[in-house]
Amino acid sequence: MSAEDTPKDYSESPINLEYFYTAGSATTRFLNQVKEGNIVGQGCPKCKAVYVPPRGSCPRCGVATDIEVPLTDKGCIESFTVVHIPIPGNPIVPPYVCAMIRLDGANISFLHLIQDVEIENIRIGMRIQAVWKPKEEWTHSLENIKWFAPIDEPDVDVATLRFEES
Amino acid sequence: MSDSKDLLRAPFELAYNYKRSNGPVMSQFFDALGEQKILGTKSSTGKVFSPAAEFDPDTHESLNDLVEVGPGGSVESFSWIEAPQNHHLIKEPFAFALIKLDGADSSMLHMIADCNEADLSIGTRVTAAWSETTTKRITDIKFFTLEK
Repeated sequence: MSAEDTPKDYSESPINLEYFYTAGSATTRFLNQVKEGNIVGQGCPKCKAVYVPPRGSCPRCGVATDIEVPLTDKGCIESFTVVHIPIPGNPIVPPYVCAMIRLDGANISFLHLIQDVEIENIRIGMRIQAVWKPKEEWTHSLENIKWFAPIDEPDVDVATLRFEES
Repeated sequence: MSDSKDLLRAPFELAYNYKRSNGPVMSQFFDALGEQKILGTKSSTGKVFSPAAEFDPDTHESLNDLVEVGPGGSVESFSWIEAPQNHHLIKEPFAFALIKLDGADSSMLHMIADCNEADLSIGTRVTAAWSETTTKRITDIKFFTLEK
């Protein structure tokens, strides 16, 4: 039986949650920089790991990450997935690619889009750089970066990105 | 560290357009609501569950025997909402209540409106008020009102 055959067996059951998101002090500092087109991670004073986006503390050492670490908008693809199924309300038309982006100098990755490349050519370790929206559209959001696109640099062996505590 | 007044804050809306599958028993319950009838399921022990249950919680048997109950019933318990908020369907003061419909042995969670808090107590008689348009959902019962 498919949904089309027996529409009466299905009922609309929408869920709607409206609330305010309050950024903590770490995220506020990060997003204030993003609004200016800068990506600034935060470093752990103990183990020296660099987090981006920063959450304000080091999960390994349990201390505040009060060191600001300016980063480049270049990095590599740590992992990726090709999305084929449309999500209601999402304006992006499948197929598209979501990737975990590891910026140079950072010890964690974050999720963003990969574009300007044939999907078949995307691979783990590929070098990429942020493609920014026009400056006048910048807000307090990582959506200031439209997507990441490949750059002409040799691939990175992601095994070398593993964090070694010094 | 920033002062809390310097923290970024923005409205956020999270919405999921879920559809749920009603299954063979609950489909009959919801279809009947579209005809302004309330059904319950009857177990071999004679107990009637309304809203319809698919299984008897005591004997664990599947329930397929649907019987009509209500539309009147009595209040088993209630909680008065003096100041409804945005997400409430009724904008005037109302009650959420457990209502045991006539002919049923279990109670249904629904709303009671068009009355004052002082009108309600355990055992108060109420009856279903139907929505103008039916969509085969539980909201086809608009709310319950005091029985005249």
